[in-house]
Amino acid sequence: MLGIFQNIEISHYIYLSCVLFCIGLFGVLFRRNAIILLMCIELMLNSVNLLMAAFTEYMGDQNANGQMFVFFIMVVAAAEAAVGLAILVMVYRNTKKTDVSFLDGLKD
Amino acid sequence: MNTLSIILGLPLLGFIINGIFGSKIPKSLSGGIGTISVFLSFIFSIMALPMFIENPEYTIKLDLFTFLSFDTFNLRVAFTLDRLSLWMTLIVTGIGTLIHVYSISYMKEDEGFYKFFAYLNFFIFNMLLLILGSNFIMLFFGWEGVGLCSYLLIGFWYKNAEYGKAARKAFIMNRIGDLGLLLGIFMIIQQFGTLEFTTVFEEINKGTVSVNTLNAIGILLFIGAMGKSAQIPLFTWLPDAMAGPTPVSALIHAATMVTAGIYLVIRCSALYVLSPIANEVIIWTGLSTAIVAALIGLKQNDIKKVLAYSTVSQLGFMFVALGCGAYTTALFHVTTHAFFKALLFLGAGSVIHGMHHEQDIRKMGGLKSKMPITYYTFLIGTLAITGFPFLSGFFSKDEILTIAFNHNIVVYILLVGSALLTGIYMFRLLFVTFFGEYRNQHYAFDKVHESPRLMTLPLMILAVLSIFGGLLNLPHYLQHEGGILQNWLKPVIGLTHSGQHEISFNTEMILVSIAVLVFVTAFILTRMRYISRKQVPQEQTPTGVLGIISNKFYFDEIYDLIFVKPFETMSIWLQQVFELKIVSKISYGIHDILRFFGGLNKKIQNGNIEYYLMFMVIGVLILLGFNFFN
Amino acid sequence: MSLFQNLPLPFLILSFITILCALYVVTSKNPIHSVLALILTFFSISAHYILLNAQFLAIVNLMVYAGAIMVLFLFVLMLLNLDKSSEPVKSNLWGISAAICAGLLLVIITASFQKAGLAVMKSSAVDIGLVKNLGRVLMTEYLVPFELTGILFISAMVGAVLLAKRDNKSEEITS
Repeated sequence: MLGIFQNIEISHYIYLSCVLFCIGLFGVLFRRNAIILLMCIELMLNSVNLLMAAFTEYMGDQNANGQMFVFFIMVVAAAEAAVGLAILVMVYRNTKKTDVSFLDGLKD
Repeated sequence: MNTLSIILGLPLLGFIINGIFGSKIPKSLSGGIGTISVFLSFIFSIMALPMFIENPEYTIKLDLFTFLSFDTFNLRVAFTLDRLSLWMTLIVTGIGTLIHVYSISYMKEDEGFYKFFAYLNFFIFNMLLLILGSNFIMLFFGWEGVGLCSYLLIGFWYKNAEYGKAARKAFIMNRIGDLGLLLGIFMIIQQFGTLEFTTVFEEINKGTVSVNTLNAIGILLFIGAMGKSAQIPLFTWLPDAMAGPTPVSALIHAATMVTAGIYLVIRCSALYVLSPIANEVIIWTGLSTAIVAALIGLKQNDIKKVLAYSTVSQLGFMFVALGCGAYTTALFHVTTHAFFKALLFLGAGSVIHGMHHEQDIRKMGGLKSKMPITYYTFLIGTLAITGFPFLSGFFSKDEILTIAFNHNIVVYILLVGSALLTGIYMFRLLFVTFFGEYRNQHYAFDKVHESPRLMTLPLMILAVLSIFGGLLNLPHYLQHEGGILQNWLKPVIGLTHSGQHEISFNTEMILVSIAVLVFVTAFILTRMRYISRKQVPQEQTPTGVLGIISNKFYFDEIYDLIFVKPFETMSIWLQQVFELKIVSKISYGIHDILRFFGGLNKKIQNGNIEYYLMFMVIGVLILLGFNFFN
Repeated sequence: MSLFQNLPLPFLILSFITILCALYVVTSKNPIHSVLALILTFFSISAHYILLNAQFLAIVNLMVYAGAIMVLFLFVLMLLNLDKSSEPVKSNLWGISAAICAGLLLVIITASFQKAGLAVMKSSAVDIGLVKNLGRVLMTEYLVPFELTGILFISAMVGAVLLAKRDNKSEEITS
């Protein structure tokens, strides 16, 4: 499993991550369901995580600093998902909708 | 603890206590706090006295912190007590204590009692700041502070709109003078790069600064003094300032604050000695003030207004002395004037108190029998100011006359004329008020009463001081080694005019005789008119020259015409044409333009998160693209 | 296509699965399908982690994301009873503009990375991604951030509970 990937260039992981990130972004822009939005954000975070891990490998970092950051990002993502979903549940309870286009309170 | 911080701090403490807790504590306590804080300050000043007597060069310094610092210019909050400032401190705190005691009784019925004492204490603090500051900025702070207190106390009965106007007038008149003072200070900064008294005066004594510069600085500083010490043309505020309670008039507008200008000139004596033109300006301003104010005083019927014009006139005398370079003499007159003018004002206050707030002397008369203590002390004050031989005013005024004679015979003659006028209006005041018949129908003669002990006590103390005040600086022909004050000030004022020594004993005796003659003439003239012929000032305003005089030479009206009216017209024009037609057009135009563009933008700000997200992404795109293509 | 030359087959396959699943996540009309597709995406990303010598991360990714977070999403979806019928639809114009934006971003990011000119991987030690190594680093160098994330997590939990809790008072007033 080790030897075969020695010749993968870092750029391929970069492309992969970029594609994932942009798909996530597209979802965020395109979808109106708030839950899907949150999921797309998770997707974007994951693409970044993947890139972090790839860079750790690329730098040959013995302390695995990149992987550490992946940890922290995961923690933050988990917290964000929990709070975001809680907010969603509350919004749904009040408006019976999860459509973000109805949440235009920022206007006022 | 430094003595200086105690002297300065106590009145401030009194002010803070009275200012914060005054409404909660009983009147006797707040009056007591106010009085005791000043009295203790006085005691500490006296305790400092022995050290100063022992060593002429002795000074107490208090250097607190840097107030302002940039480049090489360093301004420190620092105080210096030397012989000159100690002398002033003793006058301020001493007379201040007496007037505080007097006020306890005088203001007893007033609802703003604690406020009054808070202001008085704050005034004393600011006056001490002015006197003790060791650089021009500290002096300026005190200068503004006493101006503020003066404003507050003139307008103390602010519910009367006229009094409020008088307060504002005093404030604005003083501002004009203060501008001159400030410009003078700026010039000093520019010229010397420092504001410390000692450094500036050392530089001046080195003789490196041109005479023109010194003259300019001197005149600018004198403009400040003109405002504070009520000289022509900035004197009209002082008579109006009589709207304040009488103790205020006695303390601020007779004994202490108005002498701040004199103090400033004495403090800067090193500068004025070397600036002849400034001296001439001072002499002629002082002289004209002395005469004009005395003339106006002749025709005033308000007991306090007469005293106010008398104060203005006496201040003119002091400035003549200063202009002649006789700084000691001026300070001597400040001292004796503080005694007898405070006495006269407090006496007038006592009369007003006894007459239940009647100030018109035409409605008085014959008060001698009803108010004996007030009468006798007032008599002593009158005799002192008119120059009854061997009372305090005699010596100080005589010294000024002698110096004027030495300087310029014209000045001397005019000044003698002014002294004669002083005698006439003072005796007129005395006779009309205390002699003759009682002339007030609205207030029964039986109800007129002597003031309580708390008010007469300061009167008696001041009367004693007015009698013996002359001992502080006996003339040369009575004390060969020179007066106490003259020796006292020698270390502070390097170059003093030694006028007395230059003229012969005979000439001096002739001058003294003339002074006595002036006094006697004034006395006889006035007595003939008001006692023998029992004349009473008329109700209707006279015409001709006398009309001009009784209308105060139309000073107020002229100022109104020259300054107030054009300013008012311009303001109205600005308001109606400039403001409404031009400024508002422009601002509304800008408003309309912004509104138009805002309307275009409004659609974007629709509160929908999707749009915001999209714009955010576009923004990021632009940023990244910009980064990439550069 | 030169892009895919010299690439090992497993990497290609994994990448395709990942991208396809991700695309399905954003395009699916049914939210439940989206969640399932996202779980698949996470699985394939975990596989990538293993390829990158990040073994522990791979497991954690499965447990935290696929296991915990996605189950939470599923719960919420079912709790709110959302399905295809309730899914709001956006206009085509919006979809096109979103696609253009995302595409442009993709182009610019990849172009930027291209410009940076990165070389071949150096490859680190095999055991770098193991618990032993990561735990050591986490407890020494990253101790303070670690504790801080703990605090963050607790506060997020408390906040989530508070937010989702039914407010009794307001409920009474409205009813």
